[in-house]
Amino acid sequence: MLRVRDLAVSFATRQGVLRAVDGLSFDVGRKEIVGIVGESGSGKSVAIYSMLGLVREKNVTITGSVLFEDREILGLSDRELQPIRGGSIGMIFQDPMTALTPVYTVGWQLVEQIRQHLHLPKAAARQRAIELLGQVGIPDPKSRVDRYPHEFSGGMRQRVVIAMALSCNPRLLIADEPTTALDVTTQAQILDLMLKLQDTYDSSIVIITHDMGVIAEMAHRVVVMYAGRPVEIAPELDLVRRPRHPYTWGLLDAVPRLDAKNERLHTIRGNAVSPLDLPPGCAFAPRCDYVMDQCAQRPPLRGDADHVDACWLSDAQRVTIRQSVEQHS
Amino acid sequence: MFYFVVRRFASAVLVLFTISVTVFLIFFATPGVDPAARIAGRSASAQVLAQVAKEFGLNRPLPIRYLLMMDHLFIKQDLTSYVNIGDRVVPQITQAAPITLSLVVGAAVIWLIVGVLGGVIAAANQGKFIDPFIMFIGIAAVSVPAYWLGEVMNLLTQSKFHSSIFAWVPPPGYVSFTTSPTEWFLHLLFPWLTLAALYAGIYARVLRAELVNALNEDYIRTARAKGLSERRILFRHALRCSLISIVSLFGLDFGALIGGAALLTEVVFGLPGVGMLTYTSLQNLDLPVIMGCVMYGAFFVVLANAVVDVLYAYLDPRVRLV
Repeated sequence: MLRVRDLAVSFATRQGVLRAVDGLSFDVGRKEIVGIVGESGSGKSVAIYSMLGLVREKNVTITGSVLFEDREILGLSDRELQPIRGGSIGMIFQDPMTALTPVYTVGWQLVEQIRQHLHLPKAAARQRAIELLGQVGIPDPKSRVDRYPHEFSGGMRQRVVIAMALSCNPRLLIADEPTTALDVTTQAQILDLMLKLQDTYDSSIVIITHDMGVIAEMAHRVVVMYAGRPVEIAPELDLVRRPRHPYTWGLLDAVPRLDAKNERLHTIRGNAVSPLDLPPGCAFAPRCDYVMDQCAQRPPLRGDADHVDACWLSDAQRVTIRQSVEQHS
Repeated sequence: MFYFVVRRFASAVLVLFTISVTVFLIFFATPGVDPAARIAGRSASAQVLAQVAKEFGLNRPLPIRYLLMMDHLFIKQDLTSYVNIGDRVVPQITQAAPITLSLVVGAAVIWLIVGVLGGVIAAANQGKFIDPFIMFIGIAAVSVPAYWLGEVMNLLTQSKFHSSIFAWVPPPGYVSFTTSPTEWFLHLLFPWLTLAALYAGIYARVLRAELVNALNEDYIRTARAKGLSERRILFRHALRCSLISIVSLFGLDFGALIGGAALLTEVVFGLPGVGMLTYTSLQNLDLPVIMGCVMYGAFFVVLANAVVDVLYAYLDPRVRLV
């Protein structure tokens, strides 16, 4: 359904070329949920926005290939992308508080999208809007459809955004940190809702997050990104049980555990690297506890058919390292 | 919404009352000044002074004097100018009002169209040449004083090129619409352009800034991700949100101009509107007329403020106080 190959996004700035995304490749199959996880600034959102032409800066260069249903969508003009945006690919954004236009009712905005792609008459579009609001769990949709965004809470607004994204039966749904701005209970509800709707509508989902818990809950496969580069790609269970890259170890170890003794939380030492001055070899080397001389060369993404990673460590070394880490924790 | 409107207009009435009291106190209660002499004008006889003292109740308590003044001005409408003996104030203003109205409404139409177009074109073409070009013209228009621009227009149309390109331009003055629509239009054309220039410049610059801000908002990105055309995004989403501040600005400008703020333009072009009336009465210290003009202007400014507040609540649902 979606094939991304060597996606690279760079910005020309006064301080030099900023490589926000550097060689991202992954696939999304039908009805599959792919999670993209990484720290803030790892390039996850930029990668996704650039696929749909939502990166509007003038100083950007986007290269690579993005095949959506066997059609190259990278480099298409706005006009050519219009039927795809909102029609075949729906998007959910991070901050529900600012995602909706404040001067129009949610019904108006839903109808706008429906009529853009489905060409229904006004009354039918309004009916569909009310149905959608009901499906996403908005109480009393018949009257709420004529309310303004500021009359809804954050969780409710995010549901409206989800309703909008799904309104035209998209084959692919892209969710950029859909629950980051919400509290934990609302987060659980929203994720449940997305899973339910994915089942009903048969769509694939790409979910971007920095929360490994969300990944565990939702994803079939995971792409771990660091400094704009994919460092590990694996099915979700494999990633959690047999992670290979030191960054993934760091991410998984950082998740607080209920059964841990009173210890300090694990952190990955150092700070996220600035895309402006990436080291010549592996981007994670400065923060890696297992760095070797070889890491001065950028490791390629390699492994089995299903599970690849970008690290010079051999399997034997990994086993030893993880065993000693487990003994000490 | 209804209670909001009611409350807003109630406070407008309160403000008008306060203005009327303040004007009254300045003209009639400033210590050390003989109010009778001020009302009667510069060279008044003793007989006139006595008459003024009686009419305005200058020996009576302050609140009574205020009420008498307001009575003369609004209810009886027989307040007369003491410089132009016998000319009543209120008719002078009502005669001058349509002229100012013609000037301001015509200029408003021009400046709104030019300003909004300029702002939209500049914002939609950020970074290309047309954008800073329009902004430059805008700031040039803002920087030029209306009286200078008006005089230059007169210089070009009345003397320098009067025999060649601008032979069709009539001499300064006003012809009412009912007398001759063509002449009305021709007499007002250059005053319209002069007055509109300043405001078109401001509006284009303000709208461009607001639009550029709006275009960077998250909801624009959502609109784009919905598959809407760039044109629809610009007009239905970005412009609709930016227009709120333009409409507010327009209401205030329009109100002030109707009330006589187009003073200099009227004087330069010889249009006997409320602005010209205020100007002449200020020069002659014709107190009753000044007071009439002040109240007239204040009324429109206060009214415009109230209308703008209500309009703002209509345009931006977030502001509505239930």
